[in-house]
Amino acid sequence: MSNYLLVDIGSTYTKLTAVDLNKCDIVGSSRHFTTVDTDVRRGYEKAFMLLAEKTNITEYEKIYACSSAAGGLKMAAIGLVEELTVEAAKRVCLGAGGKVSLVYSHYLTQKDAESIRDGAIDIILLAGGTDGGNQECVIHNAAMLGKIGIQIPVVYAGNRSCQDQIQTIFKEYKIRGWICDNVMPRLNVLNIESARQVIQTIFMNNITAAKGIKKIEEEIDGGVLPTPYAVLKAAELLSRGYLHEAGLGDIIVIDIGGATTDFYSICSGMPKQANVLVHGLEEPFAKRTVEGDLGMRYSAAGVLKNLSEEQIKLYREKGIDLRQEANYRNANIDFLPKNEREEYIDSVLARLCADIATSRHVGIFSTVYTPLGVMYYQTGKDLSDVKFIIGTGGVIIYDRRAYDILKTTLRTPQKPMELRPRNPDFLLDYDYLTSAMGLLSMYHPEVALKIMKKRIKKIERAYYES
Amino acid sequence: MESIVIGVIGADVHAVGNRIIEYTLEREGYNVVNVGVLSTQEDFINAAIEANANIILVSSLYGHGEIDCRGMREKCIESGLKDVILYVGGNIVVGKQDFKEVEKRFKAMGFDRVFPPGTPIESVLHLIREDMMKNV
Repeated sequence: MSNYLLVDIGSTYTKLTAVDLNKCDIVGSSRHFTTVDTDVRRGYEKAFMLLAEKTNITEYEKIYACSSAAGGLKMAAIGLVEELTVEAAKRVCLGAGGKVSLVYSHYLTQKDAESIRDGAIDIILLAGGTDGGNQECVIHNAAMLGKIGIQIPVVYAGNRSCQDQIQTIFKEYKIRGWICDNVMPRLNVLNIESARQVIQTIFMNNITAAKGIKKIEEEIDGGVLPTPYAVLKAAELLSRGYLHEAGLGDIIVIDIGGATTDFYSICSGMPKQANVLVHGLEEPFAKRTVEGDLGMRYSAAGVLKNLSEEQIKLYREKGIDLRQEANYRNANIDFLPKNEREEYIDSVLARLCADIATSRHVGIFSTVYTPLGVMYYQTGKDLSDVKFIIGTGGVIIYDRRAYDILKTTLRTPQKPMELRPRNPDFLLDYDYLTSAMGLLSMYHPEVALKIMKKRIKKIERAYYES
Repeated sequence: MESIVIGVIGADVHAVGNRIIEYTLEREGYNVVNVGVLSTQEDFINAAIEANANIILVSSLYGHGEIDCRGMREKCIESGLKDVILYVGGNIVVGKQDFKEVEKRFKAMGFDRVFPPGTPIESVLHLIREDMMKNV
């Protein structure tokens, strides 16, 4: 027997994917509403039965799970300078599969600390100072969190030189604290791994229990991972390849959901021409950004806030009252398009999400005139030469206009300084398997890679609007 | 560890001298944070905050240093670095001017030590040592 079951407990759906390791393929999949309010196991068992009906399999060698239910992993990132340790801390949170809900720089005030305490945060990441650098700020911030009696787990990933003082503060105020390597050991050098591991261990051991997901652990092997992390792992595997099985090279994965839009880029993003200087913090090879204000339902109103009056007017000339449509979707989060027009409007919203999320993720050029001629600063990653853009998530997968949605990520004369992809192919994750393959990749990367290469297909034909 | 931030300010891409400064100061045992060429005042200041640096050493070779350095001391004070010691050196003004005048202007801008064109880094090591002691 070599069947694996992969479970993705989303905020709306619990999705099951059964994989046959010998055949290197998917045997079947099913989904059911997530039942996080009562007992997640109920939704899981229903989906399990559905899958068993389809596949006649009731025994699995291993079962692995990831989850983004109950708001996923909400984090607060604290650092010293906004462009440096604050940015590094944010990237660690995102790389670990979290959502950065609160961000603070410099000295925390009592009010700041209180809003972290009352802000439904799952884990706090406390950074600040390079190794051997500034100590006062992190020590102040740790003590401030202690003084207001913080109960949330705190991960310390700041200046290595004051780990002892931080440990003492943790003890003194009875903070549930963890100490790991500095997120920015030297200026502009990013160190994600140590803090990421600690965050995920805390997520598995502490957070899943609080979110009512813990119960499912009796059914599964290993702990529950945050879903975005699984997707990031899948994307990285698909890009890099594994041993003799080649990967796809530089790729982008974009996932538009009801509440957020996630954007993953897997490439070095280094400059493509000679007269360019890289500016700012080192960029991770596998980079994830998540936009909490861009989504199709919960965050539909957030999309509007990113548009100017003129843009909204342009849509009105086409006969679409975006404001009304977005607010309606915001108020009716289980709305599904019933006719051609509603489908079209959903795709308009999805295009806006994809476009804005791309603008925020990609690097930008700025021009400097020097005595040696024109030079450019590059801040962020250059995605011009990305070969494949992969769409995933319900909205894109089930939309006939998936091609048009993904096309909005391309380079455009309207945004000349944004280093967007120039000429990629568009692929679609038809079977919704990136998170499942991310889970599988931890144990059988070669199988996960083969399945993804087989199942994630090119979108052949564009759907042309009339 | 005693930290010092170095770099070339403004739209200036003279990288070689900056590299020599980095090499020499590292050999002296300092933690050298090099923000590189084409750096803004903010790049220097942010690096100094995170690294807890005692000295910021600004280089400029292309003549526009006076414009690029304006307001730097004020920004340091604003960023909580009121005690940081500011060095500047190179071809920091346009053309050949009386250095006494130039020094006076830069000191008025809040720079603590101003060096004329062609000053080798080795010749000021004793001043750096002195200033490090002062600030610790």
